Amino acid sequence: MKLKAWVGAGSALAGALLASSYAVAQDVIKIPNIIELSGGGATVGAMWKNASSMAVEEINAKGGILGKKIQLDYIDTGSDPGKARAAIQRALDDKPIAIFGPIYSGSVNATLKLTAEAETPQVIGGEAANLTQQGSKYLFRTSFGQNVSMPKIANYIRDDVKAKTIAVVYQNNDFGKGGRNAIVPELEKRGIKVVADMSTEPGQADFAADVVKVKGANADAIFVYLTEEESARFLIEAKKQGVDKPLLGETTLLGQKVIDLAKDSANGARGHVGLSVDAPIAAVQDFGKRFEARYKHKADHNGIKGYIALYMIKAAAEKAGKLEPKAIADALRGLTITPAKEPGILIEASWDETGEIDRVSFLAEVKDGKQVITQTLPKLK
Amino acid sequence: MTDFVQLIISGLATGAIYALAAIGFTLLWQTSQTINFAQGEFVMLPAFFALAGMTALGLPFSLAALFAVACSLAVLGFAFKFLIVDPLIGQKGTLPLVISTIAVALLLKDGAKEFYSAEGQRFPTILPNDVVAIFGLKISLDQIGVLVIAVATIALLQWFLAGTRTGRQMQATAQNPTVARILGVNVERMILLTFLINAGLAAIASLLISPIYLVKFSNGEVLGLTAFVAAIVGGFNQVRGAIAGGLLVGVLDNLAAAYVSSRYRLAVPLLLLVVIILFRPQGLLGRKEERSV
Repeated sequence: MKLKAWVGAGSALAGALLASSYAVAQDVIKIPNIIELSGGGATVGAMWKNASSMAVEEINAKGGILGKKIQLDYIDTGSDPGKARAAIQRALDDKPIAIFGPIYSGSVNATLKLTAEAETPQVIGGEAANLTQQGSKYLFRTSFGQNVSMPKIANYIRDDVKAKTIAVVYQNNDFGKGGRNAIVPELEKRGIKVVADMSTEPGQADFAADVVKVKGANADAIFVYLTEEESARFLIEAKKQGVDKPLLGETTLLGQKVIDLAKDSANGARGHVGLSVDAPIAAVQDFGKRFEARYKHKADHNGIKGYIALYMIKAAAEKAGKLEPKAIADALRGLTITPAKEPGILIEASWDETGEIDRVSFLAEVKDGKQVITQTLPKLK
Repeated sequence: MTDFVQLIISGLATGAIYALAAIGFTLLWQTSQTINFAQGEFVMLPAFFALAGMTALGLPFSLAALFAVACSLAVLGFAFKFLIVDPLIGQKGTLPLVISTIAVALLLKDGAKEFYSAEGQRFPTILPNDVVAIFGLKISLDQIGVLVIAVATIALLQWFLAGTRTGRQMQATAQNPTVARILGVNVERMILLTFLINAGLAAIASLLISPIYLVKFSNGEVLGLTAFVAAIVGGFNQVRGAIAGGLLVGVLDNLAAAYVSSRYRLAVPLLLLVVIILFRPQGLLGRKEERSV
């Protein structure tokens, strides 16, 4: 009798503990961030991680999303698509409401079919044009695809730089090849001749030969489309070799991380930026100040992407009325989020049926170690 | 033509840095039969010591560079020799030591990533960034400075080895440690000195290459492979071979990137390695070695 009583009491206690821990678990919603925290993309992932940490603290301080606190789990892809795929597969086993990342387009390419099959929204940092062209209804960008940004920079090269010939330097990965394949037809459509079309390797450290080749092409301008560390190394080498032609880029070349690494070698770089903490928008500048106060360095576009990702899911979940992945994705498709309704989105943004984002963007130049916005370009629609 | 000449000059500048690392490989092999597969990481790490000196200790760059050299001598010289090499050098064959150096390479690489940062870091340069025009070529004073410093270091080392008593004792140890011991050379001290010289060369190479490559935990992978190729191509048993190999690989790497493709730039030195091993295994300037069994 006594033994039965003990067993009964023990079971009741275990049950209560389990129930309470389940209840605790139910009050905390985990969102995996499968991003580049080492390898070539470490710089990018670190920015995303820091900014998303800020966003989740803000959201949780105000009660979370639909009354639930959010916990971000960070998983390192090592900038490797194979590892990213394995990490996404493991994360999907836990049936998350959404997945953030990867940021590198190659890793997004390797993972987008998995999230589509699992009907789980995947909020990415990748910019390769083909990501939203593969039919996934569950992929959502935080920055422009190259199919949107490259026409804008091509117009700038034709109208402002007035270059008749151009050298294109791109990175030999999904991001770089996608950019190259997007910009070259746009340049040719505008009567700008591509006189050099050069690929470089991800993680490449020595750009001496590439800069010599680019100089030898004698183009009116040089379009550089590399990721952050490679952009900085290229700019350092270009300055060392006395390159005096305009160096033009799309977001990464003018990014804050590149400016921090290349210092005065970055001066004079110009082009189109989708996101910048120097944008003439109060909410964006305020985010930039808060980020810098906390992390002692300026945020770049990857930081803004990581920050708004949380607010995208928040707005979509609130529209759907539930924390359910398919409902969130359905709500996010075709959604326009305004700062008036959701201040954390910073700039009004809209998503189409393919997950492509539309937003204002900017032309900028690096002067005296700072990115200076020279023009604001309107939304496409 | 000007492009070609500029490629040669920048190739020589980078090649001189490869030569510093390759000389270290060669010296360690000659005096202690150590093949150090962590050589690339030995070149990667001193830059992190310098950054730590600047950020954690608040040192100005010049003092941080000296701090980096001192840490390199301590960690990559003394500690490496006493903790890794000495316990394993008496073992059967060189395989245990080779495997250990591979493990050291992984440890140093992941250590830098975990304890400092996975992101690339800017590294200051003491050399001027100005560009000068010479016979229609735009040459960076930075490149000339790298070449001058690397060549001066090599020249100093050559003078030390050939022109000083200690240097000649080191050479004697490399040629035949048994006979050197009989003749009164303190062989153990000469071996230690070799490890310290290797650590010093790695530190200088690191301070020269990090402003170009940025400071990153993964820098050692390519540097180590290139230095190894340079040492084999030049001649693993001759310091002058390592110098020639380093310069040749630096120039070839640049020419391959410019005239073949960036994608295959490493393939050309590796092809050269295969050709040398097949047709001249002692290297371009190396000495044929024979073993009796």
